Amino acid sequence: MKFSYFLIERFLHSILVLLGISILIFIIARMLPGDPARLALGPFAAKEQVEHLRHEMGMDKPFHLQYVAYIRGIFHSDLGLSFQTRRNVSLDIAHYLPATIELVMMAIVWVLVIGVPLGVLAGRYKDSWLDNISRVVAFIGVAVPPFVVGLIGQLIFSYGLGVLPTTGRLSLLTSMPPTRTGLLILDSLIAGNFSALGDALRHILLPSFAVALTGIGQITRLTRGSVSDVLGKDYIEAARAFGIPNRYVTFKYMLKPSFIPPLTILGLTFASELGNAFLVEQVFGWPGMAKYGIRAILRKDFNAIMGVVLIIGLAFVVVNFIVDVLAGYVDPRIRIREEG
Amino acid sequence: MEANQRAFSSVGSETTITRWIALKDRVGRDWYRFRRNPISLAGSSMVLLVILLAILAPYVTPYPQHAGAFTDFSSTFQPPSRSYWFGTDEVGRDLFTRVIFGYRISLMMAAVVLGISVPFGVFLGLVAGYFGGRIETIIMRITDVFLALPALVMALAICAAFTPTIEKAMLAVASIWWTWHCRLVNGITRSIKTEEFVQASQVTGSSHLRILFKDILPNCASAIMVKITLDAGFVILVGAGLSFLGLGVQPPKPGLGTMISYGAQHLPMKWWLTVFPSFAIFFLILGFNLLGDGLRDMLDVEAEGI
Amino acid sequence: MGDQYMLEIRNLHVHFRVYEGVSRVLDGVFLHVGKGERVGLAGETGCGKTVTMKTVMGILKIPPAIIPHGEVFLNGRDVLRMSSKELLQIKGTEISMIFQDPMNALNPVFTIGEQLYDVIRFAQRHPDNGENLSKKEIHDRAIAVLEEVRLPDPERIMNNYSLELSGGMRQRVLIAMALVNEPSFLIADEPGTALDVTIQAQILGLLSELVRTKGISILLITHNLGVIQETMERVYIMYAGQVVEIAPTSVLFENPKHPYSQGLFASVPHLTGGEIAEGIPGTVPDYTAAPSGCRFHPRCDYAMPICSQKKPPLIMLKPAHYVACHLYTEQGVQNE
Repeated sequence: MKFSYFLIERFLHSILVLLGISILIFIIARMLPGDPARLALGPFAAKEQVEHLRHEMGMDKPFHLQYVAYIRGIFHSDLGLSFQTRRNVSLDIAHYLPATIELVMMAIVWVLVIGVPLGVLAGRYKDSWLDNISRVVAFIGVAVPPFVVGLIGQLIFSYGLGVLPTTGRLSLLTSMPPTRTGLLILDSLIAGNFSALGDALRHILLPSFAVALTGIGQITRLTRGSVSDVLGKDYIEAARAFGIPNRYVTFKYMLKPSFIPPLTILGLTFASELGNAFLVEQVFGWPGMAKYGIRAILRKDFNAIMGVVLIIGLAFVVVNFIVDVLAGYVDPRIRIREEG
Repeated sequence: MEANQRAFSSVGSETTITRWIALKDRVGRDWYRFRRNPISLAGSSMVLLVILLAILAPYVTPYPQHAGAFTDFSSTFQPPSRSYWFGTDEVGRDLFTRVIFGYRISLMMAAVVLGISVPFGVFLGLVAGYFGGRIETIIMRITDVFLALPALVMALAICAAFTPTIEKAMLAVASIWWTWHCRLVNGITRSIKTEEFVQASQVTGSSHLRILFKDILPNCASAIMVKITLDAGFVILVGAGLSFLGLGVQPPKPGLGTMISYGAQHLPMKWWLTVFPSFAIFFLILGFNLLGDGLRDMLDVEAEGI
Repeated sequence: MGDQYMLEIRNLHVHFRVYEGVSRVLDGVFLHVGKGERVGLAGETGCGKTVTMKTVMGILKIPPAIIPHGEVFLNGRDVLRMSSKELLQIKGTEISMIFQDPMNALNPVFTIGEQLYDVIRFAQRHPDNGENLSKKEIHDRAIAVLEEVRLPDPERIMNNYSLELSGGMRQRVLIAMALVNEPSFLIADEPGTALDVTIQAQILGLLSELVRTKGISILLITHNLGVIQETMERVYIMYAGQVVEIAPTSVLFENPKHPYSQGLFASVPHLTGGEIAEGIPGTVPDYTAAPSGCRFHPRCDYAMPICSQKKPPLIMLKPAHYVACHLYTEQGVQNE
């Protein structure tokens, strides 16, 4: 009973935020100085052509009507036309999005595989050498800009050791597996094309790590603190005093409460990864949505900019919703307190 | 910590002297703990070093004139050497000099962004937390929207609206940054507005503004200070990212991110163009992070969102 | 000799390695609890009662703790020499503990039922403890014990989380957890201190009733003398890691012999007129540099030179009434 109220509340909150984002972005996009239609057509285009384009884009209508039209368009998968590609932005995004998704998901894998265990061990064996390593990792992870990670990584592994490629998702000579999900790793697995799989993995290794490092730093440190905190709590001692074996106490009674703080910042970590993607895709020439977005920004293609930002906002809101719900499910304190 | 916080109650003006004594005592003890904490010491030395270098830039760099538009085509792409410690760039400018001047830009950016966003965010947070109700809901919802996007992405989107210059970049980042402080202060204000010393002030007829600034604000001070220090590093990181993408510091100004961006095109042969500015920026950000962490330990800050 | 008593602590020394050196907290503690006996351990905060309790329960963290001397016999077996496996067998089943702060002693992310279930389940695993209960049987046993501690609607409570319950209810749940595996010995660490006074009274009443009906031996640890007076048969007064007086409750309350005990009783304010109660001047010593001889001597009005030189042994004044004070030793009396 209580949990469904919690769910609904979170859902409504998400919708509200999304709405807010769309308004904000719309305002920003319309603030662009200069005439985008003119920019798109170039300085030599005739005035009538510019006017025609403006009319086509619906830019001669009043502000709020434009907004309404835009929102309507969203529900029809129409995000407006890109000035650069002359395609509907939604098509552009559909084309570039999978690459970014793959990148960010791989990064999350890094975070979970390195960050969480490291944090747990560091919290458990506090002040040991392992703990000190984790603190170093955490500090460095948060302090190094992702594009630096990418560049230095390229320097060492691609140029220096020659073991990893520098750009792109696949080497030129590797045949791409048929597109099912757009995620190369999955597609090549499905097609049973293991050479493509290996190649894709080699290409994604460094970029995803560059995206992930900040997140690893954050999660390691938070998990460490959380584990260490929980271990000092009375209920752990009490569980042991009641005769519950140590191993069980560690794996059940300690882990569950410890994972709650890291879980709640997973949303933030995801956000930082999305931001990092913008930098890393540039460094590695990764053909993802972020790179598309940067180009759009540099060329003031506002439909494209809006589309990209909206998608990111949507992704963030969705992820946060999932994380909030998960946290509420795992930790009764969160969902019960929400009502208080 | 409670006792110390209560020392900041503003009931009665004769407590000014006692407040001053309490403050001196507290600062003295905090300073002692600060000195003993290796992390905060490391962080503060790093930051101080950079600040010093930045302030004294024209005097400590061998070729201060290289900081701007300068060309010497006879010395382009020199690897690090005795005369050019970090090597030279594509038009022959000394990289070491440019990195130090780059620190100036980074620090200034942090100062400007925080100088604008923090007061604004703190004020709104105080108002929202104290008055609650509709006001709070509106303010915090707006905050939610801003925070729904990664800082870099928001800054990028805003920068897109204008021609890329460093001032616009700073404004863009500042216009998002206030939200963090707003949320932080809102949280703290909410939790202490029901405390007795606040109610005491209300009962004795202090105006709302006075209560906000004399009762509530000092209790947020530690959290804000820690956040500012950590923010400095993060703002510099975002700024470098913007410059890297071409939207922040424009050439010929020696922005660290911009330099890295140019250097990236010349990997791996002219590695120094990338490596030294990268390390420089890492050093600065790390310094702020260590400092902020040490401060947080020292001031025992537990507020959310730090 | 060892198996006359439920619990026997002999000359227990417990030290801790700390930053400043070695903190010698327990300095030769002697204590025993007979079968079915109700014994109180009283002393101010920091006197070492918690350390004693943890040592007996076997939940002391061995580094940084060190046990240079001492024996702790539980039902004839030395707890300090047991393997962790053996310890695991007796925890919860022979010896059980009631924690001070019920909010923190219950895991907030699991339901009461889940935690109770685990407590029962793991006790069943051990060969000594016989039965292998089915899920239903465990469930029934859990409900039964919750009823014993007079919790209304036990089924609902099984599905509740600790934060959904009031303080008093949580404490009852903790008592239930402690008793569910039918221990023969119970240690209660300041039960009810975190609660409202009236609730605390209820809890203590419940506890003493349960203990009496089941014939469980209990060691109640507290700083609150009133609690002991109500419920315990015999009392140990502890100061700074040393036992300073032992007596049956009524005897002690009428006529405390040790200066510290006297000071304690004088510190309790009287509801019916009289002067404002005095405290005992001074504070609990720093265990890394504890006073020599009798640890109370710096704060004692009756201190004599010998008090700082030699630690007073426990002297029997009357049957079952012991004091560790040079006022009553031969040397002390001579030197006076």
